[in-house]
Amino acid sequence: MFTYERPKVEYKGLSRPIVRLANKWGPIGIPLLLRFAWGIFFAALVFVVAFVWLVGRFVNPLLPWFVRDLVVVVGLLAFVCIVAIIGIWGERKVSGRIQSRLGPMRTGAWHGWAQSLADGLKFVQKEDLIPQDADKPLFRLAPYVALVPAFCAYLAIPFGIGWVFHDSDVGLLFVLAMLSIEVLGVIMGGWASNSKWSLYGAMREGCQLVSYEIPMGLSLLAAVASVGSLSLVELGRVQDHGWWSWLLFQNPFLFLAFFTYYIASLASCKRSPFDLPEGESELVAGFHTEYSGFRFVMFFFAEYAGMFAVSALATVIFLGGWNSPVPGLASPLWFVIKSTFLVWVQMWVRWTLPRIRIDQVMHACVKYLLPFTLLLFVGSSLWQLYDNPDHPLFEGFAAVLRFGLGCLGLLLLGLYFAGAAYGFYHRNQLVGQMVRKHLPGA
Amino acid sequence: MKEIELQYRHPPDLLHDGEIPSDIRTEELVLNMGPQHPSTHGVLRVVLQTDGELVLKATPYMGYLHRCAEKIAEKVSYRQFTPYTDRLDYLAAMNNNLGFALAVEKLGGIETPPRADYLRVIFAELNRIASHLMATGSYGLDMGAFTPLIYCFREREWVMDLFEAASGARLTYSYITIGGVREDVPPGWVGRCREFLDYFEPKITEYNNLLSFNHIFINRTGNVGICPPELAVAYGLTGPCVRGSGIPWDLRKATPYCRYDEFDFDIPVGRGENGAVGDCWDRYFVRVQEMVQSVRIIRQALDKLVEGPVQAKVPRMVKLPAGEVYCEVENPRGQLGFHLVSDGGTSPYRLKIRGPSFCNLSVLPVLAPNCLLADIAALLGSIDIVMGEVDR
Repeated sequence: MFTYERPKVEYKGLSRPIVRLANKWGPIGIPLLLRFAWGIFFAALVFVVAFVWLVGRFVNPLLPWFVRDLVVVVGLLAFVCIVAIIGIWGERKVSGRIQSRLGPMRTGAWHGWAQSLADGLKFVQKEDLIPQDADKPLFRLAPYVALVPAFCAYLAIPFGIGWVFHDSDVGLLFVLAMLSIEVLGVIMGGWASNSKWSLYGAMREGCQLVSYEIPMGLSLLAAVASVGSLSLVELGRVQDHGWWSWLLFQNPFLFLAFFTYYIASLASCKRSPFDLPEGESELVAGFHTEYSGFRFVMFFFAEYAGMFAVSALATVIFLGGWNSPVPGLASPLWFVIKSTFLVWVQMWVRWTLPRIRIDQVMHACVKYLLPFTLLLFVGSSLWQLYDNPDHPLFEGFAAVLRFGLGCLGLLLLGLYFAGAAYGFYHRNQLVGQMVRKHLPGA
Repeated sequence: MKEIELQYRHPPDLLHDGEIPSDIRTEELVLNMGPQHPSTHGVLRVVLQTDGELVLKATPYMGYLHRCAEKIAEKVSYRQFTPYTDRLDYLAAMNNNLGFALAVEKLGGIETPPRADYLRVIFAELNRIASHLMATGSYGLDMGAFTPLIYCFREREWVMDLFEAASGARLTYSYITIGGVREDVPPGWVGRCREFLDYFEPKITEYNNLLSFNHIFINRTGNVGICPPELAVAYGLTGPCVRGSGIPWDLRKATPYCRYDEFDFDIPVGRGENGAVGDCWDRYFVRVQEMVQSVRIIRQALDKLVEGPVQAKVPRMVKLPAGEVYCEVENPRGQLGFHLVSDGGTSPYRLKIRGPSFCNLSVLPVLAPNCLLADIAALLGSIDIVMGEVDR
């Protein structure tokens, strides 16, 4: 009988003890780890929560400020990385289910949960390739310029009362500014690659982002004008009386502003149907055609970090942030759930719609979205003028309308869940043969 | 290869006359699209002369997939050439086999049994469905919608299974041979085929809801790449391209072969519902409607399928009388023609193949100017070329 003998390889350097340990314990440890993946995951979650609480309650007050800052920044960095890793895996699973496929199933044994990690390892191992005629310093710099601002945006995003790195008076402006610096990295990368496809992608990104920043900012300004503060913590705090106090339902202009903001945020994140900068079928891979390995990963991370950041902004400003739908249960968990839902909608849209052409993108922005958001801003401001005790008649009218909007919001949510339930009930007809076997209750 | 001359909007020598400040000098950009590009559907190379996003001129260069199929035909026997026809338009191998078999039978005066004829129709139409599914799905992909492609592949998989059950192959079948089909379909195949048709027909509505009538999709394809009927005729376009331009020309109706005159079906034409007649959307939608017609034809053929032999008595080494014949069939992409010249031997003296993709591609340089860069993908996708047939 043929038996395979593991070739003896002499490992050198620092990794030797690690390799020895992995060889000795890996065959037992890794299956055990996978067997109890769920348990370990929840244990880790409990541990992290307990750790954060302990640090916040007992350790933090004793520490000098810079230690606290360091800890929070590292924590935020870890959060952004986790968001990107789960986002990439989630996108693949979501697209798989939408397309009646399975998505990654093997890596890490449970529904391919380790796929992003494996991909990341693969990217790190790749050759660090820079085209010969590229502008080398710019080429190296571009991924950092794209990723770092996307991370910086998280510094001002509040996850809850007290769960914010820096509660700035102009937090909203800071986040918007940081998000729009990302375009610089993209243009830099596209220009430095010295490839025409990259250049096209970069220029598209430039003109798209610059034009969609305006409706995006204007929609948010409508909300800011109704609250009277640019501080994100303050914006979240005024919405803590249950779901009817969320700014989304405050007046019809804000209700529409949420949707215009969401559309504009899709464009500013280069998400479909506005994914022209990397439109695969037109520009091979757009601005990151020439990037490979870890530099590409940084662009990728920047995209997912940006996706979550714009969703977080929408959550804080329109959807009540960390406040629960019924008062008194505020928690950062709500914030994460709502933002994740918005990220999920972004994925849903991406895998459903075709891409818009560049002239239609600009047309839609300049001719429709921009005037419409201006109108919303003016309308919302006028509404603020009359929605106060000086005009009791208008106040009554506003209350009725608010109730109606709240019902409309609930109806939309209900429709969504009804659709999901319909899809779940008819899952056998909606998916392909291969997926059917893996469905719950199959 | 022709050198491309740069056409300057503002010629450089003008710049020194002080008329135009040098910092706003704009140049045209030559963009080399392909041979490796996601939306050229193979190894087509298109050299685009662009002004920003605007395409001024598009020149297709082909020949990257040339395999001397016509020359090979002169060296192999008639039966041996059938597998080579599979490789012409590899998405519609059954139709290619049928065209070659018909050409040989026409020259040799070979009569095929009725069961073989009906089986040929069934397989040719099934392959038309598979090919149009591929075209529809990948057109969605060209427009940036990934999901329709996967849905189309899901259905195409079933057709492939049917083919595999009958011929043993999933892409290059060589199933339709000279004198009939290679062997009869296995027991239970007809039932599975009917099952597929019942499953498939409602799915076409699904594609229409997802892609065809999508507002973004219509905006991307309507009024883009308009090919008027005169232009389509002048450039010898065939298949969905000429029907998309509003001309009801279909060889299955015009010169019926293989008992197509016994079936009742319509020729869908482009009516310019979402733009002008002959735009990309029309060409796309003709394919979707043709799938419905193919289902109709297959249902009728399954009903008419009589018992009997599936092969005429043809010797293993086919020897044709000296002579010349030109035979065309309606492929999913247009008319595939075989011009067969025989000197009385066991292999063709000369075999000229008219590939529909090649002729359809010839209209690209006419349609492309003044399109946007993204419209080139829409144009190429709606012309629906297969490079294996363009280069042969």
